[in-house]
Amino acid sequence: MLSRVAARIYWMARYLERSENTARIVNVNVNLLLDLPRSVAVGWQPLIDITGSGKLFHRLFRAPRQQNVVRFLIADQRNPGSLLSCLSQARENARAVRDVIPREAWEAVNSLYMAAKSGLPGGLAHSRRHDFLNGMIARSQYITGLLAGTMLHDAGYDFLRMGRNLERADMTSRIVDVRSDNLLPDQPEVLPPFELIQWMSVLRSLSAYQSYQQTEQGPVMGGAVLRVLLQNARFPRSFAHCVGEVQQCLRDLPRSRDLVAEALALSEHVAEAPVETMNKRDLQRFIDRLQRKLGQLHNAISETYFAPPAHKEKISRRASPRAAVRVE
Amino acid sequence: MSIRWRDYQVKGFYDELLRGTGRPRSWARRLCRYFSSLKDDDLRERQTAAEVAIRSMGITFTVYSEEDGSIDRAWPFDLIPRVIPSREWNIIEQGLCQRVQALNLFIDDIYHEQKILKDGVIPAEILADSKNFRTQCIEVSPPQGVWAHICGSDLVRDKDGTVYVLEDNLRVPSGVSYMLENRLVMKRVFPELFSHYAIHPVDDYPFKLYETLASVAPRRRERPEIVVLTPGIYNSAYFEHTYLAQQMGAELVESSDLVVGKDDCVYMRTIEGLSRVDVIYRRIDDLFLDPEVFRPDSMIGVPGLMRAWLKGKVTLANAPGAGVADDKVVYAFVPKMIKYYLDQDPILPNVPTFLCIDKTERDHVLANLDKLVVKPANESGGYGMLVGPQASQEEREQFVRLIRRDPRNYIAQPLLTLSTTPTLVGQRADPRHVDLRPFILTGKEQYVTMGGLTRVALRKGSTIVNSSQGGGSKDTWIIDEEAQ
Repeated sequence: MLSRVAARIYWMARYLERSENTARIVNVNVNLLLDLPRSVAVGWQPLIDITGSGKLFHRLFRAPRQQNVVRFLIADQRNPGSLLSCLSQARENARAVRDVIPREAWEAVNSLYMAAKSGLPGGLAHSRRHDFLNGMIARSQYITGLLAGTMLHDAGYDFLRMGRNLERADMTSRIVDVRSDNLLPDQPEVLPPFELIQWMSVLRSLSAYQSYQQTEQGPVMGGAVLRVLLQNARFPRSFAHCVGEVQQCLRDLPRSRDLVAEALALSEHVAEAPVETMNKRDLQRFIDRLQRKLGQLHNAISETYFAPPAHKEKISRRASPRAAVRVE
Repeated sequence: MSIRWRDYQVKGFYDELLRGTGRPRSWARRLCRYFSSLKDDDLRERQTAAEVAIRSMGITFTVYSEEDGSIDRAWPFDLIPRVIPSREWNIIEQGLCQRVQALNLFIDDIYHEQKILKDGVIPAEILADSKNFRTQCIEVSPPQGVWAHICGSDLVRDKDGTVYVLEDNLRVPSGVSYMLENRLVMKRVFPELFSHYAIHPVDDYPFKLYETLASVAPRRRERPEIVVLTPGIYNSAYFEHTYLAQQMGAELVESSDLVVGKDDCVYMRTIEGLSRVDVIYRRIDDLFLDPEVFRPDSMIGVPGLMRAWLKGKVTLANAPGAGVADDKVVYAFVPKMIKYYLDQDPILPNVPTFLCIDKTERDHVLANLDKLVVKPANESGGYGMLVGPQASQEEREQFVRLIRRDPRNYIAQPLLTLSTTPTLVGQRADPRHVDLRPFILTGKEQYVTMGGLTRVALRKGSTIVNSSQGGGSKDTWIIDEEAQ
């Protein structure tokens, strides 16, 4: 398989996943705000933090408010991380490999972009937003299923899964990072208000509420949430599961010995961490490390398989949630 | 209502299917009867079926637009096939082989001893001013002596029925994938026709192309590594590039996929690492191939590619410099080439051509601009032409100046009356002008497509068949009349 083709498939999957995740976090935040009294409202800043787009946002807007944040994250083409920009990138990557992916998949990616473009900005209106975003998520899920069911499960499919899972692990860790920031107490004895509702919304943004109930049972507790989202390898959006998938894909690819070892080390690192007992600072440090390792894994995959400089990642990596405090 | 051949006007033209109004040619009789037996609803249904097939098979050509980047348009396709009896086709086929053989000998001669110039058969100054002569190719001997592996020659039929060669495309001729897809569409939409007619199949082309390319590989290997080099997804023929690569089981590569090593071999970058390439079917013009040798600003070329080719480490098809014979002035000498190199009489005639470089002929052209078509020597796609009878006085005067300034660059031909063939307009058949582009492969052996791509000018009275300018296409049938 040509390096260029592998890279294109990988990025197509990453961008599709990124756009889906963006739709998810916006949707859930809208619901969360409906449940919380104004006094404890978490507002919209966290979404800007999760997506690591603070710099750009504050250059374009003053205070983060529902309207400008939603528009910025969904429809703003000046924001390379907006849902619309991601879909456009996904489509350009898909176009470049449409002789490799099944024809229906190219058509589905193309029409997803078209639907987003023609549905916006009307889809942002209060009454329609929920349906619009859910439609976007459903269409992405359709593409994922279509690819699983029709694409040759060869090296190309491995790159697709790696792109999707690295992106997903990245997003899960970002959500945990930002959300736990105002949810985990600095001192264990002081519990933040409406803690339960907020933890539930964290789960919901990752479609993890049902899975949580099935595996953990009982009330939603911070530590257990972290366990599910970071360590439960059976939950398909958990960090552990995603890294496990990447590891599995790498096993089937040529020249992957070091990469497999790197992914394995990351898996073990997550599995062994005492996430339930971490305080805010421990958790932040821990997640910083996970993100750094995720970035390293991406770079190593890039260098091994996509090496030609002409195609070296043109797409800038997003700033991490607290880029300001992190040395990369 | 349905198609009524009694209403079909063939006056003044040679029609491919009918001898006269209401009188189908012997080899088209059954086909005409079949089409007139279809009710309007039937026809409409088949038209829809063809459109669905074209869409679901993804047959497109790309049109660039500012707004959306590139747009894929469905390929315009006409349901009524164009039919040529095999006994006529056999002669055309021989004529094409003869022609391309002579052209290859000519190119090889031009880059070696230039005997044909020394013997005065072709004036030397023609070569001196050729835009497509590449000094880098002098003394190069490509495998099997073949320079033009893939040739697309355009044939037209005049009103007396004579088939002429209008031009030979020796650089990067396109259209063959549409020929193949047109046949697939027809088989889907009119399966019953195929069980009644003895129609020669066309679908061995990708296999023959593979064989041709494999036969000129620099290394003797069971399965040489063949790749198709495309300028990328925004090229209007991108569909064809992917199609041919898929059909041959070859990689479709872009320039950034290829790298020339210190050993002068060409490699492609794969997830396994670098992998050596033997033959490159390039769909990129000479001047963009290698920024180290040709245009330094080429973004679609591969640095070092010419070095690899000159050292014989890789075969380029078509070879760089093959375009020297793809020149309308050189074209005029092809009949003489055939005589000179093969000692044979040309089987297929050229369209009579006046060379403006020759004083007597130039005077004739300048005196008869209102009757002639003037073409620049090196343009394709109908650019920079003067169609005398339809031009204004001003345009003709402009061409007088152009010809006087650069006579080498202009030729003139009489305006041919292209043949017509029945084409669906709504639910009626109406005559439309057509040409034919067969493809000739040359490697260790020669091969000609069974028929070729029939292009049709969909606008009434128009002779412009280019797909970008409102042209469409038809399936082309070579049939055995005896087997009817």
